[in-house]
Amino acid sequence: MAIVVDRRKLSFWEELYLPAIAEGLSRTFKQMFEPTITLQYPEERPVIQDDYRGAPGLVKDQDGREKCVSCQLCEYICPPKAIVIIPGEAAGVEESASSYDYSEIEKAPQEFYIDMLRCIYCGYCEEICPEEAIFMTGEYELNAATRQELVHDKPRLYEVGGTRLDPIQKWKHKNTDGGGAH
Amino acid sequence: MSDDLIFNIVANLTKIVLFTHIGLVLAAFMPLVERKVSAWMQDRVGPNRVGYAGILQPIADSLKFFFKEDLTPRHVDRVLFTLAPALAVMPALLVLAVVPFAPPVEVLGREVQMVIADLDVGILFVFAFSSLAVYGITFAGWASNSKYPLMGGVRSSAQMISYELCLGLCVVGVFMESETLRLTDVVMQQQGNLLNWNIFSQPIGFVIFVIAAFAETNRLPFDLPEAETELVAGYHTEYSSMKFAMFFAGEYVAMWVFSCLIAVLFLGGWAIPFVSQSTFEAMGNWGSLLGMGAFLLKTFFFLFFYVWVRFTIPRFRFDQLMHLGWKVLLPLGLLNIVLTGLVQVLMGGE
Repeated sequence: MAIVVDRRKLSFWEELYLPAIAEGLSRTFKQMFEPTITLQYPEERPVIQDDYRGAPGLVKDQDGREKCVSCQLCEYICPPKAIVIIPGEAAGVEESASSYDYSEIEKAPQEFYIDMLRCIYCGYCEEICPEEAIFMTGEYELNAATRQELVHDKPRLYEVGGTRLDPIQKWKHKNTDGGGAH
Repeated sequence: MSDDLIFNIVANLTKIVLFTHIGLVLAAFMPLVERKVSAWMQDRVGPNRVGYAGILQPIADSLKFFFKEDLTPRHVDRVLFTLAPALAVMPALLVLAVVPFAPPVEVLGREVQMVIADLDVGILFVFAFSSLAVYGITFAGWASNSKYPLMGGVRSSAQMISYELCLGLCVVGVFMESETLRLTDVVMQQQGNLLNWNIFSQPIGFVIFVIAAFAETNRLPFDLPEAETELVAGYHTEYSSMKFAMFFAGEYVAMWVFSCLIAVLFLGGWAIPFVSQSTFEAMGNWGSLLGMGAFLLKTFFFLFFYVWVRFTIPRFRFDQLMHLGWKVLLPLGLLNIVLTGLVQVLMGGE
């Protein structure tokens, strides 16, 4: 059934339109003197929040150890299949660099590629990572002259990710708490 | 050749160069004004990279227009396609011929009227040529041989024909009062007292004229031929480079010409309130300069008004546009003529 909406009858003043237009004009005129909110981009930078989902990057812990154990879960979960990992053996940490024994870690990525032209910044890789080795960073300026440059390889990924202080230090506690029992 | 003839030729050429160039320079700077004002109204900054605060932006823009490839699509009607941009600019520039800019100046002991051609039928000339502008747009729409430009062209012709009528009607009131079609005389009659300005004796005419001027120049809220959002820029979709710039220039020059006409017909031309014509004459050429300043100031206000309105009111729907033109403005224009006549009879006019 058609519903008839009762429309309010406009008064003569309203039907003239001109008063309403004059009101609009005064509004826009006042607006001209309001402060601008433009951010002069290359000179001024926006504040990036901690939970910003920028380019993903691999991180190292406080010992400078690469945390990725190349389990390939991120490669598996990645919706646009942007991640490619070639697993390899863990190089082992030099004695002097670390006070912990990381001998239980057997794998590390030999190659790690994230194709930034495919990445959709969903953050699934960060979410699924059991080692907290991959994070979405605040990096948002991705530009390059070639497509190849935008396929981030391992060195570039560590450059983006940097070092992150690890509050949990999973492997350390596994060792000291009489661990080793997975 | 006699001295008089040489003097007249030189004086006229100078005036032509001066007045058309004011128009063209304004046409170049209006996009900057438009972008700046719109930015301020939207809490933005606007162009600010080229020169101080973006003041050189028009030069960058024009250079860009010059160096762009002038593309002619294969499917167009070449003759009309090339003709249309010229037809969009010329009428506006020609109308400038009858606009009186300032009180007469004295050069080498001769009086020079500050109007290129002081025609007896000035306003008829204006209407004859300003209505030619519709050909530019219609030809562009037709010659482009594609659907959006054609829609723009068709809309434009319908719109221009409707509003040309209102424009003419509200001017009739002015001329019933001034009893002359010569624009210089119309301005002379509005000198002195502020209340001599026709805006006070013809308020309805003034409002209709301003509205119709918006429609004539295809400016928002009546920019249906262009209508970026629905017609992909309408009649100039297929144009590029300087041909496109010509349409732009045509639009802005037309805006200025109509601002001039509003100033001449309703705001006393070069009149400054309570400064009589004899004061201008007493000041000699400086008086003329002052008058020209006042005149340009009035036109600049209306140029700003065009931009101001553009960023305040949304576009009309086509049927609303036609409704407004034929059912509201046209009867109001006729009413204005009747009222003017009545007042003249009651006030015991001749």
